[in-house]
Amino acid sequence: MGVRPMTSDPKTARPHPPACGSPSGDLQIGPIGLSSRLILGTGRYRDFSQMQQCHRAAGVACVTVAVRREKLHDSQGNNILDFLDTESLVLLPNTAGCYTSESAVRAARMGREILSGLGNAGSQWVKLEVLGDSRTLLPDPVETLQATRELVELGFHVLVYTNDDPVLAMRLKQAGAAAVMPAGSPIGSGRGIANPVNLQIILEQLKGDEPGYPVIVDAGLGSPADVVQAMELGADGVLMNTAVARAGDPVAMAEAMRWAIRAGRTGFLAGRIAPARYGSASSPEFGMISDTAIRRSANPK
Amino acid sequence: MTRSGETANPITVVVNGRPRDVPDQETVAGLVASSGLGDRAIAIEINGQLVPGSQFAETRLRPADQIEIVSLAGGG
Repeated sequence: MGVRPMTSDPKTARPHPPACGSPSGDLQIGPIGLSSRLILGTGRYRDFSQMQQCHRAAGVACVTVAVRREKLHDSQGNNILDFLDTESLVLLPNTAGCYTSESAVRAARMGREILSGLGNAGSQWVKLEVLGDSRTLLPDPVETLQATRELVELGFHVLVYTNDDPVLAMRLKQAGAAAVMPAGSPIGSGRGIANPVNLQIILEQLKGDEPGYPVIVDAGLGSPADVVQAMELGADGVLMNTAVARAGDPVAMAEAMRWAIRAGRTGFLAGRIAPARYGSASSPEFGMISDTAIRRSANPK
Repeated sequence: MTRSGETANPITVVVNGRPRDVPDQETVAGLVASSGLGDRAIAIEINGQLVPGSQFAETRLRPADQIEIVSLAGGG
């Protein structure tokens, strides 16, 4: 570090921005701080190499992983861990595919065991996902709330995937969830934020007495514009997978999402103008050149 | 630890949904080694109960145990 001590002139020193005020970084969830507000999945890419390129292009600090049966009879498969930089990435194990609180808790405990063995900070938390319907992949609110309570009791920091119901979102926060993650629309659908008003209500209510409480839009987003919208509405971050992994050029889309997060977050902090019914000129309305001469030439007499 | 050649009276357990014969008194550590998973990041459940890695060496398998061996996979 430099030898010169920091001098601080109160008149000129700029205060450090608050942790939540940084455009892209400093997303704090429970004990874990992330330098990017974008969280990417690790599924559905062409291969692990492409996945790794996407993670780098997106500049993410956290990626989700699933817990699945080891393929005992297929030893030639690549190991996903060879393509995840577990020194710099925090892994977020999920309970994807679980339909009961019991199976979700089991999956969470196994994910924690694996990440503990890896020495990864992600062993402290879990993305809780308990589905209620295999066609829509919408979450089961009853099982999700039950599993949240059990996992909090077991010491997990729970990032809970939920639908966009403001009442349920508040119940999950009250149950001790470290972050609530409403879906924009069904998983993998790419339909964007189906009900922005509900998302606004969730943001207002969960952050009303705790502005730093993290609300992350998880699932259903399809384009950079969707990401900008989520962040402009005041979401703390976005979690996505399919929109990048199944894009025409996944690596380019990953980079687009990186800028979308920045644009949306910076725009939110900057404070947008209020929409108005009528126009208001951007250029001065005085000092205009005269249009008398034009009228004369068009109408000589 | 099982000695080489000690295959008398094997027991049958179920590993990831498939029946499998293992030596009597086999440990979880032995199962991991014989499955070629010694260097893999895995977690193991027996009959729905997580077995911490620190207990692999001392945990013995019993007939009809339902064993789940999981690792990380791609997901969102």
